[in-house]
Amino acid sequence: MLEIKNLSASIGEKPILRGIDLTVPDGQVHAIMGPNGSGKSTLSYVLSGRDDFTVTGGTATFDGQDLLAMEPEARAQAGLFLAFQAPVELPGVGNANFLRTALNAVRRARGEDELDAAQFLKLARAEARRLQMPDDMLRRNVNVGFSGGEKKRNEVLQMTMLHPKLAILDETDSGLDIDALKIVGDGVNALRAPSFSALVITHHQRLLDHIVPDAVHVLAHGRIVRSGGADLARALEAQGYAQVIAEAA
Amino acid sequence: MSGAVSLVPAASPADGFLSRYEGLTQRLPGMAEPRRAAADILRRRGLPHVREEGWRYTNLAALADVRFHEPLTEASGFVPDTDLPDLDGFDGVPRLVFLQGRFSAAESVLPDAAIVRSFAASAEFGVLPQPERDRLVALNTMLAEDGAIIEVPEDTDAGTLLLVSAGRDIHGTPIAFHPRHTLRLARGARLTVVEIHCGDGQYLNNPVTEITLALHARLTHVRLQNESPEAFHLATIYADVAADASYDSFTLSTGARLARVDVHARLAGAQGHVAINAAQLLRGRQHSDFATVVDHDAPGCASRQTIKHVLADHARGVFQGKIEVAQAAQKTDGYQMNQALLLSPDAEIDCKPQLEIFADDVKCSHGATVGDLDPDQFFYLISRGIPREEARAMLVRAFLGEVLDMVEDERARAMLDRVVDAWWTVPV
Ligand SMILES: Nc1ncnc2c1ncn2[C@@H]1O[C@H](COP(=O)(O)OP(=O)(O)OP(=O)(O)O)[C@@H](O)[C@H]1O
Ligand SMILES: [Mg+2]
Repeated sequence: MLEIKNLSASIGEKPILRGIDLTVPDGQVHAIMGPNGSGKSTLSYVLSGRDDFTVTGGTATFDGQDLLAMEPEARAQAGLFLAFQAPVELPGVGNANFLRTALNAVRRARGEDELDAAQFLKLARAEARRLQMPDDMLRRNVNVGFSGGEKKRNEVLQMTMLHPKLAILDETDSGLDIDALKIVGDGVNALRAPSFSALVITHHQRLLDHIVPDAVHVLAHGRIVRSGGADLARALEAQGYAQVIAEAA
Repeated sequence: MSGAVSLVPAASPADGFLSRYEGLTQRLPGMAEPRRAAADILRRRGLPHVREEGWRYTNLAALADVRFHEPLTEASGFVPDTDLPDLDGFDGVPRLVFLQGRFSAAESVLPDAAIVRSFAASAEFGVLPQPERDRLVALNTMLAEDGAIIEVPEDTDAGTLLLVSAGRDIHGTPIAFHPRHTLRLARGARLTVVEIHCGDGQYLNNPVTEITLALHARLTHVRLQNESPEAFHLATIYADVAADASYDSFTLSTGARLARVDVHARLAGAQGHVAINAAQLLRGRQHSDFATVVDHDAPGCASRQTIKHVLADHARGVFQGKIEVAQAAQKTDGYQMNQALLLSPDAEIDCKPQLEIFADDVKCSHGATVGDLDPDQFFYLISRGIPREEARAMLVRAFLGEVLDMVEDERARAMLDRVVDAWWTVPV
C-alpha cells in the first residue's frame, strides 16, 4: 500500500525528515509514536502533498504510484486521506456542502456516479449518527466554533464518508473524551479490510487499545529509530521515549 | 484653428460630448437652462482628471479615445436587437426596461402601486445632484434623454420593481447614454428596486439616480452591474434619507472595462439608516472604483458599509469611502469595512477611507484587509480531493458570503448567486 524509502524533507533550510524508511502493507494498521517536534505531522503533510515542505530525497510509493509526483487533490482522489492534527475552520463554507463536494470529487475519480443533495444527506446523516455527532454539525460551517473533540469527530466523519485506501490519522485521539475515543476506534475498525491501511500517529496507548496496530514505529529527530509490535507502545508508555531513543542510538 | 497643430490643446474627453450636445440642444427634453449650465461646467473644467481629489485612482482618459454616438431611435428603423438579462425568478414582477438608455414600453410592465413617469416626457433634474462638483453628473445633465421618475405614495408598500438597462453598440459603433432616474418614497412608503445593467459591445452608460426618502420610508436597492466587458459604466446615486427612514443598498460589480460608482448618501433626519454594501468581482484588465460619501447630518443615525473585492489577473479595484459627521449628529454609529482578496500577484486594490467627525459622541469604525486565499484552508479543501478551481471558488464564495448574505430579497439574492457562480465558468 505505502512504501517510503529514505525520505527526507525540510522546511526552508531546516531539515525535518532525515531518511525515513517505512512500509505499510495492504490491510495493515501501523502506529507512529515519538516526541513532540520529531516530525510526525511533517511526515503526514509530506505524504498528503503540502507544498511548504521540500522533499530533499527519497521516494514514497502509494499503491504502486509515485506519490510525491502527484498533486494533493490527485492523492486524495487516489484514496489517501489525512485526518489533520489541527483541522482548519472554514467560515462561510457549509459542512454538508464541503463534504458533498469532496465526496463527489472522489466518486468522480473512482468512476462512480455523483450523489445528489438528498442521497448525500441521507448517507451523511446516518454516518454522523453512527459517530454520535449532533445533526446540526452538518448544517454548520466547517469546524467553525466546533470544540476540539468535535473537530476530530468531523475528521473521522470525512474519513468514513470518503472511504480511503490509506488513512493517516494525526493525533486524532488528542482532545477526545473516553467515549469518543471508542467511536473513533470503531470508525477505523469499520474501514478495516484487506484493501485498507492506516497510519495512526498518537501519543497514547489508549487509542491503540481500540485499534490494535500490526506494527508500532518510533520517530525521533526525523528518523524511525525503532519498530516493533503492539507491545512496543505499551513499553513506551511505561518507560518513556528517552530510553528507547538512547537504545537505538 | 488651422495650421499650428502643436498649439491646439490635447482633446479633453468632454469635447466629443460637448459637440453632441450642440447638435442635440433643440431635441433634448425639459428646461434648457440646467443643460446649458452643465455644458458650461464641462467646457470650463472638462471631465474629472487623475490629478483631482477623488479621481487619483481612476483615469477617464480612455473615454477620449472613443467616438460615442447617440443611440438610434426606433424611427430610424435601425435599432439592433438587444439581449435582455436573465430575469429568472422574477416572473410577474413589474419592470422598467431601458434599451440603449431609452424606455422600451414593449419590454416593460408598469407597477400598480408606484407611479411612474418618464423623464423624456417630464424632464426633472432634481435638487440633490451637484453638477459643479460631480462632473459626470454635469455630463448626464447636459445629455440626459430618458429615465424613470418613480413615486411611491404615503404608507404604500409598492413591492419589487425591476429597473433594467441593456446597452449595446450599433454595428460596432460605440454609443453613449445618460439615463436620469428619480425615486421618491413618501412618508412610510416601501419599495425594493432591483437594478440590472447588462449589454454587448462598446458603450457608455452614465446614469444618475436621485433618491428621496421621507419619514419612515424604506428603500431596498439591489444593483447588479454586469455590463459588457468593453463598456464604460459611470453611475452616480444621491440619496437623501429623512428621519426613521432607511436606504439599504447592495451593488455587485462584475462587468465593464471601466466602472465608477459614486454614492452620496445624506442622513438628514434623526434615527435614519443607510447601508451601502458592495462586492466587486473583476478579472482581465477591468477597473472598478466604488466611491461613497455618507453625510451624517442628524443625531442617532447608523451607516453600514461592507465592501468586498475579488480581483484576478490584472484587475484593479478601488474603494474610497468618506464618512462626514456633522456637529449636530450626536450618537452617530458609522461602520465601514473594505476587504480584498487578490487572486493574482498582478491584481491591485486601492482603498481610501476618510472620517471627518465634528460631533463628540459618535461611534465610527473602519477597517481594511487585503489578502490572498488562506493556504491552510486551500490545502484542507484540496487534500479532500476537491479540484483546485472548485476549492478556490468555494473559498471566494465564502469570502463573498458575508456581504451577499446582507441581500435579504430572495429573488435578488438568487440572481446574484447565479452571476457569482457563472464568474467561475471562465478560468482565472
Ligand atoms: N513552518 C515551520 N517553520 C519552521 N519549523 C517548522 C515548521 N513546521 C514545522 N516545523 C518544525 O518541524 C519540527 C517537526 O514538527 P512536526 O509538527 O512534524 O512535529 P510532530 O512530531 O508532529 O510534533 P507533535 O507531537 O508536537 O505534534 C518541529 O521542530 C517544528 O517546530
Ligand atoms: Mg504533530
